[in-house]
Amino acid sequence: MSKYYLNYLDELESEAIFVLREVWAQFQNPVILFSGGKDSIVVTHLARKAFYPSKIPFSLMHVDTGHNFPETIQFRDNLIKELGVNLIVGSVQDSIDEGRVAEERGKGATRNALQITTLLDAIEASKVDCAIGGGRRDEEKARAKERFFSHRDDFGQWDPKNQRPELWNIFNGKHFEGEHFRAFPISNWTEMDVWNYIKRENIAIPSLYFAHQREVVWRNESWIPNSEFLKLEENEKIHIKKIRFRTLGDITITGGIESDADTLEKIALEVSAMRQTERGNRSDDKRSETAMEDRKRQGYF
Amino acid sequence: MLDNNQLLRFTTAGSVDDGKSTLIGRLLYDSKSIFEDQLEAIENTSKKKGHEGVDLALFTDGLRDEREQGITIDVAYRYFTTPKRKFIIADTPGHIQYTRNMVTGASTANAAIILVDARHGVIEQTKRHAFIASLLQIPHVIVCVNKMDLVEYSEEAYNTVIDQFEKFSSKFLVKDIRFIPISALDGDNVVNRSENMDWYLGAPLLHTLETLHISSDINKIDARFPVQTVLRPQNDSHRDYRGYAGRVSSGVFRPGDEVTILPSGFTSKIKTIDTFEGELEEAFAPMSVSITLTDDIDISRGDMIVRSNNKAKVTQDVEVMLCWLHNNPAKPRAKYTIKHTSNEQKAMIKEVVYKYDINTLERKTDDKDLGMNDISKVKIRTTKPLMIDSYRENRITGSIILVDDSTNETVAAGMVV
Repeated sequence: MSKYYLNYLDELESEAIFVLREVWAQFQNPVILFSGGKDSIVVTHLARKAFYPSKIPFSLMHVDTGHNFPETIQFRDNLIKELGVNLIVGSVQDSIDEGRVAEERGKGATRNALQITTLLDAIEASKVDCAIGGGRRDEEKARAKERFFSHRDDFGQWDPKNQRPELWNIFNGKHFEGEHFRAFPISNWTEMDVWNYIKRENIAIPSLYFAHQREVVWRNESWIPNSEFLKLEENEKIHIKKIRFRTLGDITITGGIESDADTLEKIALEVSAMRQTERGNRSDDKRSETAMEDRKRQGYF
Repeated sequence: MLDNNQLLRFTTAGSVDDGKSTLIGRLLYDSKSIFEDQLEAIENTSKKKGHEGVDLALFTDGLRDEREQGITIDVAYRYFTTPKRKFIIADTPGHIQYTRNMVTGASTANAAIILVDARHGVIEQTKRHAFIASLLQIPHVIVCVNKMDLVEYSEEAYNTVIDQFEKFSSKFLVKDIRFIPISALDGDNVVNRSENMDWYLGAPLLHTLETLHISSDINKIDARFPVQTVLRPQNDSHRDYRGYAGRVSSGVFRPGDEVTILPSGFTSKIKTIDTFEGELEEAFAPMSVSITLTDDIDISRGDMIVRSNNKAKVTQDVEVMLCWLHNNPAKPRAKYTIKHTSNEQKAMIKEVVYKYDINTLERKTDDKDLGMNDISKVKIRTTKPLMIDSYRENRITGSIILVDDSTNETVAAGMVV
């Protein structure tokens, strides 16, 4: 076989770097949406590579629900310092205090949907014209239809039935004032690809991804971590389990799985044997069959 | 274990009810790429709809409207991995807007699967699919003769389809066409070899996809490097660094190569080829790198670095096969923004040479309106030069899109003749 071909991870990496450079060239003020989760960490790592020896030319934007894992915030702050980039924080608590949104009530109330308003407000306030996300098409059925460059109207809404066709590697980021784009450099990556890449590149990720002892309750078919926000319901009790998280969202909705995987090698092995999707432990996606599509239309990540 | 595995992108085309969604569902299911919670969701939906067993086609339905109408509206992407390769499927719908969507899905594909219903044989839509596959220069076409279970696994029915297909496809330029008799519903010859068709001696679909030779599909001769952006860090360790960032479209570049910058025509030599990991001895498609030159030349986004002994054509007059993608038809002599690699100029459609009748595939010279899904040969004039190759030789430097400045929408895609 010819030596002039790339293996699939190198090809995915090169594609993502290409997309990031297109974003930089086509937009005035792009940011990376940084959640502290592995996908946005990988995107940030790719941005570092794309512009080397320059530093990352984007700010990182974090939508802070106030319901964070402390480990995530610590990780975020360390990374910002290491990279020397600017951090923009949109606070859901501020949105609540300003009366822009109201807390959900009742059983299963979360701040997940409230983030949409905070995110769109932050995008508008910072005059962001492209928000780069770590979304992947394999994550969820509505995301399978995302473009690399995805248009949002001046209300931040996505119109999945009227997307711009995207051919070859020619991306059209043209937009009118007030509209913005979402860009997804790792669209074509799967969960397994992300883990194989993190392992290959030895990328630092929050400790929450590795198996550790934690206080948890069994809810919605997964282990929800104990925190100051958790209200025990009847018949629920706190257990101590060795768990790890496959995705990181709010501490109130992110369920862990029982695991002994405490190294990247073990995690990659575990993920390859998984029979459940990673978002299967996210109660935000379980609300209805089209929960993700409905949130995305409104402007969700 | 996957370290040296390649990525294969393929697209699927079929008419409504050819069983395309079922085939994709089957590929994913039999290659164990469907997770338990996804399967459970599909089982529940199947039950709700009163289907017997699990309707695998449901797996590929994405958006709310599609699930309600039971049709695929847009291009959706699916992923699966086997021990041999990673696959990306561009799943495109088979109904009204099929041309636009299939062209989109085909633009990045290494291979196309065209589905034919064994009961109906080659129909007009099949011809259109084959036509688009040849137009987009997809290197490998696999014709899956589906629903063999409904023709009693008859070899004769299968051979009839091959005859029909070969009769018209001889006009098309596809390098590699293969045929496989399958039953997507039951899984015959999809992942596992069929026990009902021992007369078929070829490989099942998945094995075929795993072993297609795709390395030689990339153009390794014509070195082309469109500049995306210029890296000027101006920090202490890289005070005077000026790197041209981009992705190699084709060919191979090495330090020391004599290069020409287009369109200016200035010449220089490659000093280094840099990545985050360090300097490289060579760069080839589709690698993202940054290139430094031995001379200080004014180079910016949209310029192209080529080897001096093999240059792209620099021209303001481009002939393309144009596929119209938008509901708003082309306005006569209207100006558009043309995007080609990282280059962007204003352009005008000067002349429609002919338009294809998508049903008969004949060239029409009387009707020259360009509406949604029309495929035409047109002459375009640009305000400043583009650096082009023919699409047949180079998919990256031979492709363009047109953007309507009044809406910012992408309205057309073209392949340089």
